[in-house]
Amino acid sequence: MQSTYITLLSLIVFIPAAGALVLAFFPRDKGDAMKTFTLVVTAVVFGLTVIMALPGQGTWQFEQAQSAMQKVFSVPWISSFNIYYYMGVDGISFPLVILTTFVMMLSMAASWPIQKYVRAYCILFLILETGVLGVFLALDFFLFYVFWEVMLLPMYFLIGVWGGPRREYAAIKFFLYTLLGGVLMLIAILMLYFNSDVKLLSDDQLVASNVVSADLGDEERTAQIGEIRATDGPIHTFNILALQQLGQHTDAFDDELLFGKNLQWWAFLLLLIGFVIKVPSVPVHTWLPDAHVEAPTPISMILAGVLLKLGGYGIIRICYPICPDAGFELAYFVCGLGVVSMVYGAFAALAQTDFKRLVAYSSVSHMGYVVLGIGVWSAVAGNEFNSDSWKLGMNGAMFQMIAHGISSPGMFFLVGVVYDRVHHRNLDQFGGLFARMPVYAGLSIGIFFAGLGLPGLCGFIGEVFVTLSVWNYSHTLAVIAASVVILTAAYILWTLQRVYLGPEYKGPHAEALTPMNTRELLIAAPLMAFAIIFGVYPQAVFNYMTPSVNQTVDDLATWTKDVKTPQLEEEATAAVQPPARSVAQNQVRSK
Amino acid sequence: MPAPNSLFDLINSLVADTLRSTAGFQGELALCVTIILILLLQLPRFTRWIDSFWLTLIGSAVALYLAGPWHEVAEPSELFTGLLVYDTFTIYFRTLLFFFAILFTIFTRISGVPDRDAAPDVYALVLGATVGMCIMASANQMLMVFLGVEMASVPSYALAGILKGRRTSSEAALKYAVYGAGAAGIMLYGISLLAGVLGSVHMPTMAVRLAELLQPANLEQGIGSDTHMVLALGGLMVMVGLAFKLSAVPFHFWCPDVFEGATAEVNAFLSVASKAAALALLARVAIGFGYVGEVTKPEDQLALFNVAETELRTHEATTGILAPPEQSAEKPAEVSPATSVAGGNAPTTRVTLVSHAEDAPREGDSRLTRDDQIAALAPARGFIWRLLAFVAIITCTFGNLAAYGQTNIKRLLAYSTIAQAGYMIMPVPAAMVLAGQDPEAARTAIASMAFYAGVYLFMNLGAFAIVALLRNELHSEQIADYAGLIRRAPITVVCFSLILISLIGIPPLAGFMGKFLIFASLVQAKLWTVLVIAGLNTAISLYYYLRVVKVMTIDPEPEQMRPAKLAFIPGTYIVAVTIPVVLLGVAWDQLNRLTLAASSQLF
Repeated sequence: MQSTYITLLSLIVFIPAAGALVLAFFPRDKGDAMKTFTLVVTAVVFGLTVIMALPGQGTWQFEQAQSAMQKVFSVPWISSFNIYYYMGVDGISFPLVILTTFVMMLSMAASWPIQKYVRAYCILFLILETGVLGVFLALDFFLFYVFWEVMLLPMYFLIGVWGGPRREYAAIKFFLYTLLGGVLMLIAILMLYFNSDVKLLSDDQLVASNVVSADLGDEERTAQIGEIRATDGPIHTFNILALQQLGQHTDAFDDELLFGKNLQWWAFLLLLIGFVIKVPSVPVHTWLPDAHVEAPTPISMILAGVLLKLGGYGIIRICYPICPDAGFELAYFVCGLGVVSMVYGAFAALAQTDFKRLVAYSSVSHMGYVVLGIGVWSAVAGNEFNSDSWKLGMNGAMFQMIAHGISSPGMFFLVGVVYDRVHHRNLDQFGGLFARMPVYAGLSIGIFFAGLGLPGLCGFIGEVFVTLSVWNYSHTLAVIAASVVILTAAYILWTLQRVYLGPEYKGPHAEALTPMNTRELLIAAPLMAFAIIFGVYPQAVFNYMTPSVNQTVDDLATWTKDVKTPQLEEEATAAVQPPARSVAQNQVRSK
Repeated sequence: MPAPNSLFDLINSLVADTLRSTAGFQGELALCVTIILILLLQLPRFTRWIDSFWLTLIGSAVALYLAGPWHEVAEPSELFTGLLVYDTFTIYFRTLLFFFAILFTIFTRISGVPDRDAAPDVYALVLGATVGMCIMASANQMLMVFLGVEMASVPSYALAGILKGRRTSSEAALKYAVYGAGAAGIMLYGISLLAGVLGSVHMPTMAVRLAELLQPANLEQGIGSDTHMVLALGGLMVMVGLAFKLSAVPFHFWCPDVFEGATAEVNAFLSVASKAAALALLARVAIGFGYVGEVTKPEDQLALFNVAETELRTHEATTGILAPPEQSAEKPAEVSPATSVAGGNAPTTRVTLVSHAEDAPREGDSRLTRDDQIAALAPARGFIWRLLAFVAIITCTFGNLAAYGQTNIKRLLAYSTIAQAGYMIMPVPAAMVLAGQDPEAARTAIASMAFYAGVYLFMNLGAFAIVALLRNELHSEQIADYAGLIRRAPITVVCFSLILISLIGIPPLAGFMGKFLIFASLVQAKLWTVLVIAGLNTAISLYYYLRVVKVMTIDPEPEQMRPAKLAFIPGTYIVAVTIPVVLLGVAWDQLNRLTLAASSQLF
């Protein structure tokens, strides 16, 4: 089985990279051929993921009902450092993988107006795709980090070479922020690595986290486990699943480190900083408006549609399951980050006059829901352990990522369409586009409403789920989160009014306002279609993600029940008891 | 161990030792022979046509063959009556140096500096310096430390000024020489202080003495506390010499000026070979004073320094620095005065020493067990790691910040080498912290330094090779003149960009793996401050490395420009040097194993 999976997942990750290699041998003047080739490559990768999603594909098919990792394989890469080429997919990563391949394909189609250095553009584009898919599929922390950083350079050049007037500033700002986050993440990774020890895990956990492959026969498996048990000294690991088991079932990361906080508290913080820079949350969001505004349209689509999701994915996959104790302690902080981003992003969007900047700030606001939904740690309902509302939040956050992955590339693309024609983005100079470009205006209104969260469109589900789940955790945050919807409606409706309504267009280049061409229509229409489908039939997404998301939440809730609550009670009694105990001791002594 | 009875015995055993030691010194000898050949063949007219390039190439290849990592070393041994140590660490760094010598020789041929007339001199100097660097990497004795540093430095002074008639070049050479002479003098003074207090120049012996001096019983009673300041001062002064070779702050001032004045070829040599050797030496000295290793001496070896040891013990006993009750049954005559004096001065010490002597593995050997010695050296390690961690942090930060304002690519790379030196020093304090608790982790730490040195070879050689070859085309070393170069020389720019990005430390390139391993050693040693500063420095360094990449790729081409397309052979060379930078980022298991083996005999 492992060999099938290694082929499948390696193909998905490395077909783009192989395509980039092939592009190097294209003749210099065949720009359109290169673009077509790149589009075909992205389409092939998308096709592969669609095949996985469809039923009846045998071993390649993604099992919807299975909550655990599937298609797992693990091959030694750097055995002197316990690093494996180790990948797999589950309900959390699979929807994001499909989203990535889909958005990548559409944004390549949106790249046709690119005329400068086409070869370099296509090569960097494909390397970027490899990086993103690698992050979603990697289950070895080192491999994860390598892919994470691989994305940086292509993105730097894609913004820096093909971007707008302030592109160099925007590109270096993006790079610096992300690299700084990456370095902090690296420190956390190393801290976790050196405190991990797979020998602490039970036999079942070893198999579950694939330290010992489940494919092996009983004898071999026993032999391998015996080998692990017989080794002297700790066996460190980068295996994300094993680290999750260690974080939830052992005290491997509970040693005190600095300033009275334990190791996992610091690891959680460092990882969280690394991830929220990518999300991005206030106050580390400032790279995003610059990067979005300067990046060319297709790159903005990728940035908003895919790259921001990496942050949310990292928090769900890594921060919480590996460092639950720290997550429990910092839950309010994380939720607070989410809410502040939502409010700040919405207000900032209201103040913009640049169309693209407005959409960028709306991304900050919308991704705030994701952080909030993940952070809601409501494992208790009344006096009972019931994580239903937390599941609601986590599912909502995941759905919000997909929904935002549909609506925000759409918004950026639509801004790009009009920018290509009139070469400005000043909201005050638009107006009356409905009359000039009716199809375009119709699609725009649809997709912007999806972003707004209108019931029946994709944005609604995630926002409602998250807001509902927060109520159980904190009324204050829930009220603020709910009222952000009003702000969102305000800036989106106001924008629609300024751009599409009104008597006539009075800005520059009025003559260029031609209706959308077929290529543009073919990009915008699928996005609109998915916005409606996911809004009317959200099960299409939930069917894939819910089992894994619920499993993650259940694990954490069990941990809260079995580990954290007794610990808290113990501390509470310890805080009350000291005088009593000292009396008892005195009595003993007097006797 | 047979004690020398007569002059005849002495000579006999010396001859035997020298013959045995030569086997572990073949690589260096091959280079010496090459140097002599190069110089001699210049004398008669009929041999002058022989190109010294080929001689150098063959000489280095033979040296590499003779000293390469395919030689198995079961356990470390001392060469030449303890002057040098022959272990896997020596072999690794020698291999690195000889391999670099080969690549460097080819590079000089391609770039055309030196010309035919200067070639014999330059190659002789380069090979001579390489021999010195090998001695640095295998030094086991303070005098060899000094000799190695000088043998590596003096040819480097001459190399820095190899472009005759260029003012900046001569200025660079003079600055380098004056600075180097000063640093060497201070280092020699430091060595004399250490040797004076510890009564030996043989590092393992010095470590044993130091352990005795610093053992808890002595510290409690304040015995020998008057010498602590002298030892610290000596240590600092030795560090000055090492810091100069490493171009560590605050002894880095020569580096940018020399790099700007000297040719890019010489820069490549100084920044790679010289730095690798200095790092190896730093590790040797730090471990030499902070740890007691297990160097086995062959049975037939004459222990010149052990002879001295017995005399010195008596001396120490009378001065009261150390209290050495001699337990050896062989030399009862020496015991009585020693114990009587020691007994009068420090009775408690004697008691502890006796009790230790009971656990000692061999009777009549050292008075403390090896574990006790290692434990007793904790204060020395504390001093060394604090000093080195401080130097590393400052060097790294300063180098990165100073690189910001540079407009000349060689100056920029000079500050980059200063910053990189900072990173490469970091594993040594980590190893010092770990040495007492977890020798395995300490080995990994030193291995990470060796790994980075190996990766750094390709990165910096590649960077300077590109600078030199572009200089031949563009006649400029200003970063601004590289504007839009990707349009004219795409492959060169891609290679240069990969190297610069690898120097920042971004995966999947080799530089990242080196940094990753260094950071790993810092995490293991729990040196959080150093780790965080190193991490921040990575982000700081991004800007100036990327600025060069940006100028080459994003900036528009100037109106007046020279063609910069490299010919086939230079282009191939650049690609060949860049490929390992990419390859070692993906498949670094082999190199990692090699470096782990290299450091396996240190702790």
